[in-house]
Amino acid sequence: MSITAKDPEKRPLLALVDQADPPDVAAYERGGGFRGLRRVLSGLSPAELIEEVKNSRLRGRGGAGFNTGLKWSFVPKDSAKDRRKYLVANGDEMEPGTFKDRLLVEGNPLQLIEGMIISAYAIQASHGVIFLRGEYHLGLERVRRALAQAEAAGYLGKNILGSGFDFELIAHPSGGRYICGEETALITALEGRRANPRTKPPFPQVSGLWGAPTVVNNIETFCNVPHIVANGVEWYLGLSACEDGGTKLYGVSGRAKRPGVYELPLGTRMGVLLNECAGGMQDGYKLRAFLPGGASTAFLGAEHADITLDYPTPEKAGSRLGTGLAILLDDRASPIGMLRNLEHFFAQESCGWCTPCRDGLPWVEKLLIEIDEGRGRPEDIDRLEDAARMIGPMGRTFCAHAPGAIAPLESGLKLFRRDFERAVGLKHGVAA
Amino acid sequence: MAAEKTAAGAEMPAEIAPDLVTTILDLAHHDVLPRGACIEALRLVQERYGWICDRHLRQIGDLLGMSPADLDGVATYYNLIFRKPVGRNVIMLCDSVSCWLTGADGVKEKLCAKLGIGMGQTTPDGAFTLLPIVCLGHCDHGPAMMIGAETYGPVKPEDIDAIIEAKRGMTS
Amino acid sequence: MAKITIDGRVVEARDGGNLLQACLEAGTDLPYFCWHPELGSVGACRQCAVKQYANADDKRGRIVMACMTPVTEGAILSVDDPEAKEFRGEVVEWLMTNHPHDCPVCEEGGECHLQDMTVMTGHRERRFRFDKRTHRNQDLGPFVKHEMNRCIACYRCVRFYKDYAGGEDLGVFAQHNNVYFGRQESGTLESPFAGNLIEVCPTGVFTDKPFSRMYSRKWDMRGAPSVCTHCSVGCSTILNERAGKVRRTLNRYNDEVNRYFLCDRGRFGNDFVNAPSRLRAAGYVMDGRMTPVPPAQALTRFAEIAADGPIFGVMSGRASVESNLALRRLVGEALAGEANVSTGWAEPLHGATMRAVELLRSTPARVATLQEIEHSDGLLILGEDVDATAPRLALAAYQTQRNAFNKLADANRIPHWLEAPVRTLGAETLAPLYIATPAPVALDKAATLSVRALPDDIARLGFAIANCIDPAAPGVSGLGEDETQRAAVIADALLAAERPVIVSGTQYASVALIEAAANIAAALAAKGKAAGLSLVLPEANAAGIALLGGMSLDALLEKARAGQVGTLVVLERDLARQMPQAGFDALLGAVRHLVVIDHSVTPTAERGELVLPATAVSECGGTMVSMEGRAQRFLQVVYPEAPLQVGWRWLRDMAEAAGIQAEIGWQTLDQATEAVAAEAPVFAAIREAAPEAGFMLEGEHIRSQTSRVSGRTAIRANISVHDIPPPFSPDTPLASDMEGSYAVDMPGALVPFYRVPGWNSEQSLNKFQQEIGGRMRGGDSGVRLFPGEVSAGGYVGAVPTRADGRGQTGGEAACLVLPAYEVFGSDETSMASEPVKQRAGEPVVRIGGHGASGVAVLEIGGDRAEVAVTVDPALPEGVIFCPPYRVIPGFATPAWGSLRMVEAEAVA
Repeated sequence: MSITAKDPEKRPLLALVDQADPPDVAAYERGGGFRGLRRVLSGLSPAELIEEVKNSRLRGRGGAGFNTGLKWSFVPKDSAKDRRKYLVANGDEMEPGTFKDRLLVEGNPLQLIEGMIISAYAIQASHGVIFLRGEYHLGLERVRRALAQAEAAGYLGKNILGSGFDFELIAHPSGGRYICGEETALITALEGRRANPRTKPPFPQVSGLWGAPTVVNNIETFCNVPHIVANGVEWYLGLSACEDGGTKLYGVSGRAKRPGVYELPLGTRMGVLLNECAGGMQDGYKLRAFLPGGASTAFLGAEHADITLDYPTPEKAGSRLGTGLAILLDDRASPIGMLRNLEHFFAQESCGWCTPCRDGLPWVEKLLIEIDEGRGRPEDIDRLEDAARMIGPMGRTFCAHAPGAIAPLESGLKLFRRDFERAVGLKHGVAA
Repeated sequence: MAAEKTAAGAEMPAEIAPDLVTTILDLAHHDVLPRGACIEALRLVQERYGWICDRHLRQIGDLLGMSPADLDGVATYYNLIFRKPVGRNVIMLCDSVSCWLTGADGVKEKLCAKLGIGMGQTTPDGAFTLLPIVCLGHCDHGPAMMIGAETYGPVKPEDIDAIIEAKRGMTS
Repeated sequence: MAKITIDGRVVEARDGGNLLQACLEAGTDLPYFCWHPELGSVGACRQCAVKQYANADDKRGRIVMACMTPVTEGAILSVDDPEAKEFRGEVVEWLMTNHPHDCPVCEEGGECHLQDMTVMTGHRERRFRFDKRTHRNQDLGPFVKHEMNRCIACYRCVRFYKDYAGGEDLGVFAQHNNVYFGRQESGTLESPFAGNLIEVCPTGVFTDKPFSRMYSRKWDMRGAPSVCTHCSVGCSTILNERAGKVRRTLNRYNDEVNRYFLCDRGRFGNDFVNAPSRLRAAGYVMDGRMTPVPPAQALTRFAEIAADGPIFGVMSGRASVESNLALRRLVGEALAGEANVSTGWAEPLHGATMRAVELLRSTPARVATLQEIEHSDGLLILGEDVDATAPRLALAAYQTQRNAFNKLADANRIPHWLEAPVRTLGAETLAPLYIATPAPVALDKAATLSVRALPDDIARLGFAIANCIDPAAPGVSGLGEDETQRAAVIADALLAAERPVIVSGTQYASVALIEAAANIAAALAAKGKAAGLSLVLPEANAAGIALLGGMSLDALLEKARAGQVGTLVVLERDLARQMPQAGFDALLGAVRHLVVIDHSVTPTAERGELVLPATAVSECGGTMVSMEGRAQRFLQVVYPEAPLQVGWRWLRDMAEAAGIQAEIGWQTLDQATEAVAAEAPVFAAIREAAPEAGFMLEGEHIRSQTSRVSGRTAIRANISVHDIPPPFSPDTPLASDMEGSYAVDMPGALVPFYRVPGWNSEQSLNKFQQEIGGRMRGGDSGVRLFPGEVSAGGYVGAVPTRADGRGQTGGEAACLVLPAYEVFGSDETSMASEPVKQRAGEPVVRIGGHGASGVAVLEIGGDRAEVAVTVDPALPEGVIFCPPYRVIPGFATPAWGSLRMVEAEAVA
C-alpha cells in the first residue's frame, strides 16, 4: 500500500479528511468518530485521561513540541462547574510554508471538535474557542457547521452524552496577525485587544483568557487526542518511528513535484517525505537547502536531505522540527532573495512591542534588500551577523518572534556565505 | 469632503444596519467583557460595507464601551481590518516564502500591469484593491492569492487576465 | 533586604523588587526607557539588559532584563559585562534608526532621557544608512505638542494616560515599526493629567506647548522650588525662569503628596504671572482708570487714608501665611478675640471652611496624605467632585484600584511591579472606591458604588454610615430603605478595609457634609481602624487663613454698613468672586476707602482707591498651608523690579508710613515666618517647612542656575553690555546664579532642578531619593501642622433634613443651583493663563431631563446672565449645575435660582 493512501490504522489524522466534502456527524461516527469521547465520558477521570495523554508522548504540533499531557497537568484541578476555565485551539496558521491545520479544519472539523471536547474534559474546561486565522473562510464555515451538528447530536453544550459534563465551544476568526499564533498573544486577541504577547509567568494554564486558567493547543495536537483515547497509548506509540508518539502531518512546499501534506510516522526521514511522498524536486531544479518546519526554523543544507524528522535530530543539526512542513530552496532561487522575503515577513509581522524585534528586524530587511539588489557593502554582512548575534538568543526579546526570524538568517549567513560575499563584491572574504 | 462609499460603491450609511447592531450586542453580551467581541464586530461590519469608516468605528466603540482610540488601536493592529476604502474586489496576493519560491513576483507584476495600480492601491473604477498578504496556508498551490473569500492557486501570470476579467464581469 | 552582587560588589536590595530598581538604588547607572517607578515593568524597550549568573560557578551567565527580573537572595549580576554592554548599545542603535536626531530643534534637548541613555550606553556612531519612517503629528490642544517622529515606542505615554490616569482618548495604533501614539483624530487631549506626558515621555514626542513658545534650554533657566497655588492640595513644583519671565512649571517630587505627577491646571496655570493683567505699578484709581504713582507717594496717600477711621482687612487664600499675618497686624488685632479682619469668604463657605479646618485639627483619625489616599483599600468620597476641586487628589483616588489589583497579584504570587499581569488580573476589578455626589464624576468609572444625591442627602447618608459603624454616632431618622442599605454596604466596606479614608470638602459649603465625613472617620477610629480624613478646602492657603482666623464677609459687611469701616485693605483677593453683585457693591459702597494689594488687576482692584502691586508666587517667598495641614515654602525664581514687592512688605511699609504700631518690622522672610511661628502654637513648626535663608550646603548657598547657564551678559545687551551682579534677595537660601553648591542630598524643599552628571532629565530624580519612589535623601519638603490637639473622639454635627423640599424653600419656580466646579475655569489665577483659558472654553450650565439644549438666562438672587445650557439625562432633574465664578461671578455655593430658555437649539 502506498504511504499516502488512506489508512485509519496507520494514518488516523487524515483518514476521514475530505477537503471536498468533510464528513458530517453520521459519516464521522461511521468512521470511528466519537468513540474516544464516549470512552472518556463513560468513566475515565480527568486525572487518568491526562496521564494517558502524557504517556502517549504526544508533543505539541504547533512548533514548540511540549508534552501535551504535561501542559494540561499544570491547570488547577477544580471542576469545570466551580471555575471558568478555557480551552483554545490555535488555528492561527500563519507561519509561512505551513498548511496542515487548514487541511484538518476544512477536511474533518469534527475530529478537531472531538479532540477538544476530550481535552476540555481533561482540564475540566467550561469554555472553548477555536481560533482560526481570518483568511480561512471555508474552514470557519465548516467548523461552525460542524459545531452546530455536534451540538445537535449532544456532543456539545450542557450535559454531554448524559455525563453531566458541560462544554461550550465557539469559533473565532482572527483579525489577522502572525503574532496571534503565540499563545499569550492569541489570548490577548480573544480579549479584543492588540495581540501583544504577555509576560510569562503567569502562564496561561494558571492565568490566561480573562485571567482564567487556559490551555492553548495546536489544531493538529487536538486532532491526535481522539485517536489516542480510542485506540490506546500502546497503539499510538506504535504509530511513530521514534520515541515520541503518533503520526505527524509533514509537508513540502517549493519546487517539489508534488508539494502537499502527508501524514507519516513521527520520525520519518526527510528523504522519504521529499522523494517518496512529494515525488522529489521538479525537473531542472536541485535541492540546495530547506527550512524543515516553517519560516522560523533554521536552514539545513542539502547534506541533511535525509535527516530524521523527529524532535531531537533537527535540533542537533542546528534547526528545529517546527511545524514539520518543509520549505525547499532550490538551486535556481536566490538564497539572499529568500532571506529577504522571510525577513520582510518577520519585520512586517512584528507587533511593535520590543525594540530588537520592532527596530532590529526592519534594519535586517533593509540590508538584505540592498545586498539582493546589488547595493550591498562588505560591512553589511557584518551588520547582519551582529543582528543575528544580538537578536537571536532567547531572552533578548519579549517573545520568540524575533529569535524565529533570526533562525533562518543566522543559518543562511553561514550556509550561503559565498553568495553573500559575491553579492557585496567580496571574493573569499576579501574585496575583489 | 466627498461622501464615503462602501466597497460596493453605495453611499456609506451613517449608522450600522440594525441587524448588525443586534448581532454585535449579542456577541458582546456573551463575552466576559464586551470588548472581547470587538474584532468580530469589526469583521462583521467590514463584511457588510467593505471597510470600517470613522463613524462606524465610533458606533461599534459605543456599543462595546470602548473609546474610539481604544478600538482604533485594535482595528489598526490587524491586517484584515480595513480602515480605508477598498474596491469591490479585494485581491490579496501572498507575498510569503513558498509562493515567492514558486513565482509570486511574476504574478504580482502581471496583476499590477493588468490593473494599472501598485500594491495597496485601488483601481479608479473602484473594482479592485490589490494588497499583499502573508502566507495563506495554500503553499502547496503557490503562488496563491485570494479574491474576497475565494482562494486561488497555483496562479500563473498568464491566468491573470481571465481571473480579472471574470471578476470584472461579475461585479460591474 | 536581600544581598545581591553587582559586578562583584555586594549590595542590599529590597525584597520583592526588581533588579533594575536594585541597580539604580545601588548607585549603578543602568539605562532604561519603558520602566517608570509608578508605571512598573513591562519589558518593552530591552534597554536594561544585564548578565545574570546562576551561582558563583556560573561563568557564562545569561542576559536578562533587569526590570523584569525579581530580586532574589544571593543574586549575582553584572552590568559591566561586555556582552550586556554591547547589547544595550545595540538597543539604542536600533532606537536611533528612526529617531530624527533633531536635538538642536527639539524642546527636549538638554534634558532628554534618550540623549542621556544614548551617551550612557556609549552608542556614538550611526551605522544605519537608510531612510527613517515618518509620521504625521496631531494637534493635541493648548498644552501638549506632538512630534511622533521622535518616538522610540516605549509605551510609557499610553500606560500613563490610559492605565494610570484613566484617560480614554490617547492610544497606540498600527503595528511593527509603524506604531503610532496619539489620538484617534487630532484634538485636545481630554485628560486633565495630559501634561504629565511631557515628563513621562523619555524624549521629545510630547512637549510643553506653551513653554515651546518662549523656549529656553533647561541649563539656561533658573529654577526654584515652588508650591502650586491652584487648589488646596499643595503640590510641589519647580518653576523655571529666564530673562525675568516664568517659562514653565515642572513636577517636584514630594513623597507624601504629588510624587511624580501634577494636574494640568497646576502645570499650565502659572502663566498668569506673565499675563498682561499683572499690576506693575502703584496707583490711584479714579473712575476706573489708574494713575501710576511712585511707591513713596502711594504710601503717603495710604497714611492719609488710614487716618480716616478704623482699618479692616480681607485676607487672601492665595497669599502666604506671612502676608496674611502682616495684614492682621496692620489692622491691629491679635489671633484671639474679635479681629478687624475677614477671611475673605462669605457664608456659608466661611463657616464650612472654618469647620473643616477645625475638624482636621481635632479628628481622632489621621489627616490623610495623598499617598495614604492612593494606598487606601476603602475610600469614600462624600459630596465633593475632587476631579475638579483637587485634581491631583482624584488621580490618587483612581490608584485605589491598584490596591485591588495587587491583592489579586498577591494571590497569584505576581510582584506588584510586573505591570501587565497585574493589570490583566485586575481587568474586571473595580476600585475599593465609593462615591456620593450630586452629578456623575470622572472617578465613577473606577468606583464600586456611586450614589447620586443632593448635598444634604449625601450628608444624611454620611451620618447614617457613621452610625452604622458606631451606633454611638448620631443616627438619621426617616431614611429610605435604599439609603439605609447603601449606608450599610459602604459602612461594611470601610470596616473591612485596613486603611479606610474619607474624603469630603467645601465644594457645597456644607457644614453637615463635612461633619458627616468627620464622624465616619471618627467612628472608624473608634473601632480601632487607622482611618484617614481628608477635606478639600476652597483655596491654596485656605488652611493658613482659617488657622489665623477672621470673620466672614457677611460680618464685615454688617460692620461696614454700620459705618465702622474707615479703610478696607484687601490683600490679594477678588471680592467679586465671593459675594453676589449686590453684596459686593454694598460692601465697597459702605467703606470709605478701599486699598487693594494684588499682583493682578481684578474687579476689586478696579474699584480700589489705592492699588499696590504685589509679587506673585514666582517672585517672592512664603509659606502656604495645604489641606493636609502641610506648611510648605515657595521660593522666588524671579527677581522682580520695584515697585513690585511681596504683600507683607507693602503692609509693613504701610504701617510705617501711617505710623501704626503693628509689629511688622520684618526685614526678611525668615523674620516674617518666625513671627508666624510665634503667633500661635499651631504655627510653631512652620519654621521647619524649609531651611532658612542662611542655609548653606558645603559652605555655599545652593545655586539656582546650572553651571552651564549661558548669556549672562548677552541677555540684556540691548540695555547694557556690562555684566551686572547677580540679583539678590534676603528671602531665599538659593543663590540667584550658577555660583553655589548642589548635591543629591540637598533638602527637598530647596531643590531648584534635578540634574546629576549623566542624568540631565527629570529621570535623575532617582539619585535624589533614598529609595526609588521613597523619601528624598535630603528630607521631604514641608512640615505638617496638624492634626494638633486631638479631641476625645466625640461626634459632631446636626443631621440635616431631607433635601427634597427645595421648591418651597427657594420660593416660586426656584431651583437649587449647585456649583459645578471645573478643572479648568473655576480657579481664579489659572484662568489668567492663556493656555488654561483656551482649554476651559466657554462655560456651560447643565440641567437634567430630556429637553433641548440652548441658551438661557440664569438668575440667582438678582444676578443674571445669559449662558449656554446643555440638557444631560444623567443629571437629576430640577437642579441647575452651574460652573462657579464664570457665569455669575459671585456664585460659588449652593443657591436658589431660575433658568429661562431664550433660544433652543434646533434638534439635530
